[in-house]
Amino acid sequence: MKSLGKIARRGGLYTLLGGFAFFGAFPFYWMVIATFKRDHDLFSPLNNPFLFNEPPTLDHLRLLFFETHFTGYLWNTLLVGFAVVVITLATAVPAAYALARWARGWGETLGIGIFLTYLVPPTILFIPLSRFASFFGLQESLWSLILVYPTFTIPFCTWLLMGFFKTIPKDIEEQAMIDGLSRFGAMTRVVLPLGISGILTVVVFAFTLSMHEFIYALTFISVSAKKTVSIGVPTELVRGDVFQWGPLMAGALIASIPVAVVYTFFLDRFVAGFTMGAVK
Amino acid sequence: MSGNAASASAGEYGGIADREGALAKLLIAPAVVYIAAMIGAPLVLAILYSLSNATTGDPGLRLVGLRNYREALSDPVFRLALRNTFVFTIVSQTIVVVLSRILATALLKNFRGKWLVRFLILLPWTAPISLGTIGWLWMYDSIFSPIDWVFRYVGLLGTKNALFGFQTNMYWLGIPGLSMASVIMVQAWRILPLATVIQLAGLSSIPKDLLEAAEVDGATPWRRTLMITIPLTLPITSIAFLFGVVFTFTDLVVVYVLTRGGPVHTTQVLSSWTFFKGIEAGDLAQGAAISLFMFPVLAVVAIFILRMARRTEVV
Repeated sequence: MKSLGKIARRGGLYTLLGGFAFFGAFPFYWMVIATFKRDHDLFSPLNNPFLFNEPPTLDHLRLLFFETHFTGYLWNTLLVGFAVVVITLATAVPAAYALARWARGWGETLGIGIFLTYLVPPTILFIPLSRFASFFGLQESLWSLILVYPTFTIPFCTWLLMGFFKTIPKDIEEQAMIDGLSRFGAMTRVVLPLGISGILTVVVFAFTLSMHEFIYALTFISVSAKKTVSIGVPTELVRGDVFQWGPLMAGALIASIPVAVVYTFFLDRFVAGFTMGAVK
Repeated sequence: MSGNAASASAGEYGGIADREGALAKLLIAPAVVYIAAMIGAPLVLAILYSLSNATTGDPGLRLVGLRNYREALSDPVFRLALRNTFVFTIVSQTIVVVLSRILATALLKNFRGKWLVRFLILLPWTAPISLGTIGWLWMYDSIFSPIDWVFRYVGLLGTKNALFGFQTNMYWLGIPGLSMASVIMVQAWRILPLATVIQLAGLSSIPKDLLEAAEVDGATPWRRTLMITIPLTLPITSIAFLFGVVFTFTDLVVVYVLTRGGPVHTTQVLSSWTFFKGIEAGDLAQGAAISLFMFPVLAVVAIFILRMARRTEVV
């Protein structure tokens, strides 16, 4: 009897989780279907939309890769992401280290202050920043994105790294300094290698957050060839008023999955930042 | 002699401390300068724009007082957008808090294939949101929506006495009210993973022996949830809720991609209206004023987040 109840509870659990997984992933399954479906099959309202009623095709992928700027969008996204990672590391790593090591009263306050700037939304900043971009002649240039994206990566990554550096005991550095390293040397040669997992997390976030960004890219870039994936796919794969659903879904799918896989591995650390170290 | 040595070492120590202080400032400076230049300065400029009559064609700053705010408040579209923003945020985030709690409780258990379930559940947050929303745009299509197909298949739609009417499609994004529900659904879909993972962190931090002790004392599962789990995780649940509110209240991706605020502004929110007014129509001053209406809410939420974080730290 008891095992029957247990089986029922297991079944309930799987049903519940299955339902949530279906809810979360269905739009992506829907992209897979559209990517490989022939137009004729795709646009017949009586066909079962969940199945291939005609043999699958690679036409949409061919169109996406050879007749649109899609590869250009990917390249632009990589370029911007890479540059943002460099800027973020160069500013957030030293700041976080200093805040974690020399934080008494003011360090903690400054750290929280930096984190709070993460809450100032792009939807307030994009109008003045668009004027900045045109003032410096950076409109329609990837540089505008490279310079603006750190406004959300630096606050968050500094906060995140601060937590990481706090977990590295001070004694290790002191020992290194007794062994003859300078203060700066102790930081670069001893602490940074130990904080490598934190730094890797920051690399992943700076990149994924840049890739996800939509509003600034929409505002600053309107030339098709300069767009990133997050705006290029939704705004360019349209002919007049008609969406090219096949290539559109293929593009969304191809750009989504790799970044989602990487992000999944690091999400717990990301969330540790949100809970502000409140949950150990 | 010894006094001399002591003062020398004190001097040396002071020297290092001084250099450490200088080093600390030097290391923090780039981040602070970046934030001041790229967040602080634009914020000030946004406020100045909102008090001016600047446009994209003529971006000079001539202050006109509070005219833009008055104009915004007397604009029916703005008032609708303001109301929609609250509806959009509160409804979607209430759904998210309830669902994320259920989902987090389920994910706490051990089961086979957890990594796959986790990956699928997290997809809406881990994939770029504009691309995920494009998937929904195709699912809400006015003719080829798979949801409509299922409704027709089971007889809820497209026949004479069908529950949802005799027409062949629902027009998810074309009918006021229904379009708001559709947009809210996608926003809830998108924030759910984040809230779930935050809740999961809260749930797994409850000491097991506390729950076991209560069980030994004869507390029913329902009572244990009510008296132990919910009070102990309330701060972290609030944090999940508050971050969801920030990300929903200020965001435009879902609305922009799905409806552009339509039909007839019934899904217009503050952030999308800011974009259409300030960038597409080129009225920088009005755009800035509209966006700044978000600020008081953000400030309140930020204060609550800080309070909650403090409270959990004390516990």
